[in-house]
Amino acid sequence: MEPMTVRPDGQQDAAGGCACAPWKASVVAELAEVVQNRAVNGEYRHMVVHCSAEAAAAQPGQFFQLLCPMPPGEAPFLRRPMSLYGAFPDRRQVEFLYKVTGAGTRGLDMLKPGDRLDIMGPLGTGYRLDPGLRHIVAVGRGAGLATLAPLARAARLNGSKITAIFSARRPDLVVSVDLFRAEGAEVITVTDQEQTSGPANVERILRGLIAEGRCNAFYTCGSSRLMRVQQRLAQEYGLPGQVAMEQQMACGIGLCYCCVRDFNVDGAIVNRRVCWDGPVFDLMEALP
Amino acid sequence: MSMNVDLAVDIGGLRLKNPVMPASGTFAEGLDKVMDFNRLGAFVTKTITRELRDGNPLPRVVEQPGSLINAIGIPSKGVSHFVERTLPHYRRYDTPLVVSISAPTTEGFASLAAELSAFPGIAAIEANISCPNIEEDGKAFAMHAGATERVTRALREATRLPLWVKLTPNTGNVPEVAQAAEASGADAVVVANTILAMAIDLRTFKPCLGNIMGGLSGPAIKPIVLRQVFQCAKAVRIPVIGCGGIATAEDAVEYMLAGASAVQVGTATFVQPAAMTTIIDALAEFCLRREIPRVADLVGGVLIEEADERDLAWLDPVAAS
Ligand SMILES: Cc1cc2nc3c(=O)[nH]c(=O)nc-3n(C[C@H](O)[C@H](O)[C@H](O)COP(=O)(O)OP(=O)(O)OC[C@H]3O[C@@H](n4cnc5c(N)ncnc54)[C@H](O)[C@@H]3O)c2cc1C
Ligand SMILES: Cc1cc2nc3c(=O)[nH]c(=O)nc-3n(C[C@H](O)[C@H](O)[C@H](O)COP(=O)(O)O)c2cc1C
Ligand code: FES
Repeated sequence: MEPMTVRPDGQQDAAGGCACAPWKASVVAELAEVVQNRAVNGEYRHMVVHCSAEAAAAQPGQFFQLLCPMPPGEAPFLRRPMSLYGAFPDRRQVEFLYKVTGAGTRGLDMLKPGDRLDIMGPLGTGYRLDPGLRHIVAVGRGAGLATLAPLARAARLNGSKITAIFSARRPDLVVSVDLFRAEGAEVITVTDQEQTSGPANVERILRGLIAEGRCNAFYTCGSSRLMRVQQRLAQEYGLPGQVAMEQQMACGIGLCYCCVRDFNVDGAIVNRRVCWDGPVFDLMEALP
Repeated sequence: MSMNVDLAVDIGGLRLKNPVMPASGTFAEGLDKVMDFNRLGAFVTKTITRELRDGNPLPRVVEQPGSLINAIGIPSKGVSHFVERTLPHYRRYDTPLVVSISAPTTEGFASLAAELSAFPGIAAIEANISCPNIEEDGKAFAMHAGATERVTRALREATRLPLWVKLTPNTGNVPEVAQAAEASGADAVVVANTILAMAIDLRTFKPCLGNIMGGLSGPAIKPIVLRQVFQCAKAVRIPVIGCGGIATAEDAVEYMLAGASAVQVGTATFVQPAAMTTIIDALAEFCLRREIPRVADLVGGVLIEEADERDLAWLDPVAAS
């Protein structure tokens, strides 16, 4: 299925509102049912929810806004953005991978199977996988690994081979390695503890992949240092790339302009909304 | 019981199919992924300015219990972008479009209103006069009756479109400012914009917002603004449009009982994106249940003992003290 494409400034595709066709929601806020919510390592938790067909149609790189339950003594007011970690339209499930960092994620942590969670999505513009891409490279760190995860299956379905370079503080904190390998991907892990995660080493690995013809495009999320390495190589070798960006959000659907970032578009600095124009952007236009 | 509830309201000659519309700055084209825009009483745009503006430094929002402080500023792509891109987009719907405008001077307001009035597809102008007036040391126009009167009069002379004037809750005497707007030709007042607020991050000792201060909105402000709507509705004969913390149909009913002829929903949309259409449905149900044939019958329906009515001191807290 084509990713839901929405262009900036309200220029929309056929899914946009039009008086000529009967209106139909393409983004829903709904009470999903928690199927599973458990720790995968010392930092990340994996949550599976049962949801509507609209939500389960989410594409790699898109995200949801979760209305988090209130942990004792705290009252998160806004929804929290969370990347799609996996979407299974056949069983009407979506998955998230999250790190507990504050009030909202502490609230998510309390959820048990059978509980209800108000999810809103799918939101934003995800990663594009052009047909004919032979070999792509996914580079991620931190929560970026969650964002990249759905690419593994999407790449296989697109007929593209994928090599993943996953960066983390310690080997036990690297997530979704099995998920990528199960889809036929090669996974290279680099960590701070093993002193392999520095930009110089990642650049060396990437140059190797480029030399072997195993990098026709970059897909990245979660580290501006690694993004800069890829921007340099993309420039040098004329390779395309896409990056998913983060920013604090309120509405998540392009209304409030609190999530803007600067982008370099043909030499001019342009303001864009991460939730609406992104979260996935052209690698060469992104600024750290 | 079979009864059809008439949800239509009249705002100074402009008929709305129902009294529910978005608050400026909390609505854009993207929301049509969530709701059918033809169901809304009106559209209200983000405030536009003549100047190209960037908006405020980040962070632009910080949440508080039951509320939000924002300092988005007014990032504006200017008038031509609005006329070429935004205006045509809304022509496909049968919902009237209210355009929110702002300017740093009285003359700036008037010329912007005049320029916009030449384009088809605008049903009314909402003047956001809660913005800094550079002619008065940056104090918001709506802080004072005098500045409000001058800017409203200039706007009235500049446009024949219905003119709504949006007031600030940050002044001691909102009803007096509402009267100034009425006396100089406003067709309605919107009560109100956000409440000036601040928050400090205890980890860094820095203000939570890039702009230091911002505007408080959301459910927590409802009782304050509801009181101001009540006071304004007593003070003027033109319609008052209530805006502040409305998240449910019950909130909307409360505002209408206090004297609002219509309501605007802002921050609630960030939490529940379909809040407006949910409110419209529940408003009809409420009226049906209470056997109220027209939603307009609710307006000003708060019951106050006659004895209290005579004692007007509480209407004017300044005079009372
Ligand atoms: C598009 C997008 C996708 C994301 N995907 C994931 C994911 O898959 N897994 C994951 O663990 N995290 C992800 N994040 C980060 C996640 O949204 C934050 O960790 C979360 O909002 C923290 O909320 P809190 O209440 O626990 O923390 P608090 O610090 O209490 O949050 C306070 C406020 O800051 C915001 N905030 C805090 N950290 C971030 C952040 N890093 N990015 C954006 N807003 C933040 C919160 O939303 C909230 O409004 C994503 C962020 C974005 C923008
Ligand atoms: C993010 C945000 C942006 C806003 N931008 C504008 C604006 O551009 N012009 C304006 O008149 N009011 C603006 N407002 C104020 C709202 O229109 C409304 O008056 C206020 O938020 C109170 O209503 P609420 O509690 O329902 O949000 C903004 C509010 C928010 C939260
Ligand atoms: S979060 Fe509101 S515009 Fe992006």
